[in-house]
Amino acid sequence: MPAASTSKSGFSADQLFRLLTSAFAAFIAVLFIVMLAVLWHQSQPSIDKFGFSFLISSDWNPVTDQYGALIAIIGTLLTTFVAMFIALPVSLGIALFLAEIAPYWMRGPVGTAIELLAAIPSIVYGMWGLFVIVPIMASSVEPWLYHHLGFLPLFSTPPIGIGILTAGLVLALMIIPFIASITRDVFLMCPQNLKESAYGLGATNWEVVKDVMIPYGIKGIAGAVFLGLGRALGETMAVTFVIGNAYHLSWSLLAPGNSIASTLANEFTEADGELYTSSLIELGLVLFLITFIVLSLAEIWLHSGNKKRGI
Amino acid sequence: MTQTNTQNPEVKIAVRNLNFFYDDKQALFDNTLDIIANKVTSFIGPSGCGKSTHIRCYNRMFSLYKGHRGEGEILFDGENILDPKIPELELRHRVGMIFQKATPFPMTVYENIAYGLKLHNKYPQSELDDRVEKALRDGALWDEVKDSLRKPGTALSGGQQQRLCIARAIAVQPEVILMDEPCSALDPIATAKIEELIDELKKKFTIVIVTHSMQQAARASDFTAYFYLGKLIEYGETQSIFTSPQNKETEDYITGRFG
Repeated sequence: MPAASTSKSGFSADQLFRLLTSAFAAFIAVLFIVMLAVLWHQSQPSIDKFGFSFLISSDWNPVTDQYGALIAIIGTLLTTFVAMFIALPVSLGIALFLAEIAPYWMRGPVGTAIELLAAIPSIVYGMWGLFVIVPIMASSVEPWLYHHLGFLPLFSTPPIGIGILTAGLVLALMIIPFIASITRDVFLMCPQNLKESAYGLGATNWEVVKDVMIPYGIKGIAGAVFLGLGRALGETMAVTFVIGNAYHLSWSLLAPGNSIASTLANEFTEADGELYTSSLIELGLVLFLITFIVLSLAEIWLHSGNKKRGI
Repeated sequence: MTQTNTQNPEVKIAVRNLNFFYDDKQALFDNTLDIIANKVTSFIGPSGCGKSTHIRCYNRMFSLYKGHRGEGEILFDGENILDPKIPELELRHRVGMIFQKATPFPMTVYENIAYGLKLHNKYPQSELDDRVEKALRDGALWDEVKDSLRKPGTALSGGQQQRLCIARAIAVQPEVILMDEPCSALDPIATAKIEELIDELKKKFTIVIVTHSMQQAARASDFTAYFYLGKLIEYGETQSIFTSPQNKETEDYITGRFG
């Protein structure tokens, strides 16, 4: 190492820099472990009392001091699934349109509008969902589903506007701008020559998108989707407004339900008694773990596919 | 299809009064030349002189972009390919293109070659295998990649990637191959391999190559065209262009006295 880079104390600037950045990186790991430990510790009373049945019991009753997380877990997963089911194709479509198809004068303004949408606080989405989406769902969409597809368990309860489906829809509207704006940037980064190579072989617009642009940007797109997924799993306010907050186990997407985050938001301030509080904290722990597991699985899936593509 | 049989059969592409515009800005002015079949024609000239713009007309690549338009005639076997009635997909099937930077698709080596084949035809697996192998052999790449066909195309070295792109282009059996500075990102050894390959390929294909390297033009091509500011200044057999240029500007450029 050249002498010039070593300061008087014998510490090189590079070493100091390395130490500093490692410390910052370690901070993340420490934060993760501390949060997990605190949640675990504080949920001990609930874990001692209910054990594993906390996860599979659908009985959540502060009056009798019985707590089971099943309804909230199912509500969280279902609303997230509905949201991703709607948001994924729509955001991909928006991103492709903006990156490839839209006339040039339109790309800038619409792109900016989408970024602005992504910045709206979720509580605004929740309020807007309650006042705009819920009436529409109650008066037209859900009755239609109920009458035409009511034979499916998924749509078998009377349409009342609020419920899992509406929560999923509002979530979808909330994460679409996120996924769409990042995905658009990913598409814009696809090298022009790469696309032209495919066009040069006689590929159509759609073939270039499907076989070249999406595989080329799959990592970035997946990153965008994970962000949306994480946000949907933990979203509180937007969901609380429209999910119904009912402890009622049903297969139907039209029925009101509850999610973990929404339960926490609604009940934490009212929780009296150690067991109640600790059960809510255990709910938080469950959400933490669900998010961690879902995102890890997504990451693993992504990497297994990448080896083939060589990205 | 309008056949004008008055032409010399050896002429593969006859360019007549080609003018090209980027919106209002004219980039090519009245380019007229004949590309001879089964020969290598190189386009030389300083950056921005229109060589790339010119060859991008041969497969109508410019039509991907708004405001880009070509006027005049490009007679490909007598048929004017600037006519919008000629479908692009079919045209591009007949005219392959290689770029300065190798552009392997995000797929395996095998899939990179098979992709173009599968776009146009449905082949049984065994025939597809055969055609992929043939293309890789013709691209002088088979021996190096035959054990790594399932590896991603991007895992190859720069020179190999460029030969992969050439193999991909010849797999669909085009008639003409356009190369836009195919070696400018490669080291001399990889460049030599590509030049050897070009020499081999001209038996089957008509090749047009844009290059910034005088030596490459002199070594690898049969005909040379010198472009300056969108105009075709001089065009002829490579040997005569380099030994006795008729035009002062051409002479200045090839002797390095330019700019």
